[in-house]
Amino acid sequence: MQELDTAGLGSVRVTRKSDTVVILEKDLATEQMVLAMGPQHPSTHGVLKLECLTDGEVITQAEPYLGYLHRCFEKCCENVDYPAVVPYTDRLDYLAGMNSEFAYAITVEKLLDIEIPRRVEFIRVIVAELNRIASHLVAIGTYGIDLGAFTPFLFCFRDREIILGLLEWASGARMLYNYIWVGGLAYDVPADFLKRVKEFVNYFRPKAVELSELLTENEIFVKRTFGIGIMPADVAINYGWSGPMLRGSGVKWDLRRNDPYSIYPELDFKVPVPDGKHSVIGDCLSRHLVRAWEMDESLKIIEQCIDKMPSAEGFNSRSAIPKRIRPKAGEVYGRAENPRGELGFYIESDGKSTKPVRCKARSSCFVNLSAMKDLSKGQLIPDLVAIIGSIDIVLGEVDR
Amino acid sequence: MEEGKVISQLVKESAAAYSIIHEKFGLAISDFDANETMPFFEVVDASLWTEIALFMRDHPKLKFNYMACLTGVDYPAEEKLGIICNFESLALLNHKLAVKVKCAREGGSIPSVACVWHTANWHEREAYDMFGMTFAGHPELRRILCPEDWEGYPLRKDYKVQDQYHGIKVPY
Repeated sequence: MQELDTAGLGSVRVTRKSDTVVILEKDLATEQMVLAMGPQHPSTHGVLKLECLTDGEVITQAEPYLGYLHRCFEKCCENVDYPAVVPYTDRLDYLAGMNSEFAYAITVEKLLDIEIPRRVEFIRVIVAELNRIASHLVAIGTYGIDLGAFTPFLFCFRDREIILGLLEWASGARMLYNYIWVGGLAYDVPADFLKRVKEFVNYFRPKAVELSELLTENEIFVKRTFGIGIMPADVAINYGWSGPMLRGSGVKWDLRRNDPYSIYPELDFKVPVPDGKHSVIGDCLSRHLVRAWEMDESLKIIEQCIDKMPSAEGFNSRSAIPKRIRPKAGEVYGRAENPRGELGFYIESDGKSTKPVRCKARSSCFVNLSAMKDLSKGQLIPDLVAIIGSIDIVLGEVDR
Repeated sequence: MEEGKVISQLVKESAAAYSIIHEKFGLAISDFDANETMPFFEVVDASLWTEIALFMRDHPKLKFNYMACLTGVDYPAEEKLGIICNFESLALLNHKLAVKVKCAREGGSIPSVACVWHTANWHEREAYDMFGMTFAGHPELRRILCPEDWEGYPLRKDYKVQDQYHGIKVPY
């Protein structure tokens, strides 16, 4: 290609004819434009505002503004007893309430140092993994919508509805469950619940394949995501990324494996990371692939849990729940692998009160989103949509 | 550390990491608190915090490349504010350690570590937003969750909410 000396011409508009570059216009006036994306915008997945400084189609800087959904979670926690925090945790990541409750429950249990009945652990893992699939289905479905594929969204929500039905059957609520309590569960699962879950697993396996044929192998979808928003592994770690985002950058890190809690060490599942054959490691497609692969692993975990589940005979889901939760003075940082990454709770107890002195939620979305400024630099506006979608934010968790 | 108490592997690893830092910085950091739930040490000389942070990130036997969490805390009894950082050597050495840094309650300042871990940038903004300590050397220290013209620091223990915000009644 012939190099063209455009020095002194100002901004130019050029076209290429075979091997030569032809100048169509020169001395074009350009200026940077501020483009506010959100807070009400379908592709920001909630009330997030991105103030973009654009030069034509290229984003020179995108500054996220948060806090539109700030509900003082941490202040609320300081004013209620330990068990009463559980419903608030549902409202952090409202697409994965079970996982958030799970993270909070194991943190307080670590502080209390209590033993949990085995059947409780199995039920917790089953509902958490079901919720993980439901959450990934929303992530994948809405990501499709962001990039112009409407049908996968309907497929995802159809299957998610079955999971929500199952969880509603167990807990009484569709999204905000208040099911996993500190020390136990609100109720044992209904009779036949496991049978229905097994039916769902068998039903969902082929549907997951269908979904991946429809979306992951779709050429338009791949072209919109392949090589976009690449995040190298070391920068991702420095940014505190976790979960599918970090694994998308090729780091094999899953808290269920690397900092195991509950009964995960007994279960056999893989931690999928992109191999670079289908995607550029660290790009939007990698992150999408990790989520798609993870659903299969969750199905495997659920199946194993159903097989290994101890019987319900003489089982009381509330037997290990302390009458009054008043941990000894101390601090704890507990965490669990949520669909969006590491959800951690820092809890401080003074040993006297039944309320936490300080309860901080380390939100995975908040941390993942903090890399937005670097990720979006120099990208095109349509690619920005692809990047936000691949981060898979839930503003309830970002703003808390 | 109590005699005869069984110390878990995790605490032993943290203690080993602590002793390397202690060797280098001596009295600038406090003794190691070997509790089971969150082993930590405190930075006594807060002005050295950025230097300690860099040492923790780059020393070949420490390699704390991952800041899991940064929590702001209010200590009204001591007249202090503080931060608690949870570190981990992710996918390298797999040990964990928590660090506490404190500053004065009114007009206190802590050196920023946003230049050491990118993730500290937003965490420190949140701590500033909620508690009001400043972070010296932070690239853009402004509120993140509350509106920029909000009065007071909501997570302080003695916080009183403002009556009116742009003509809107606030407390209900």
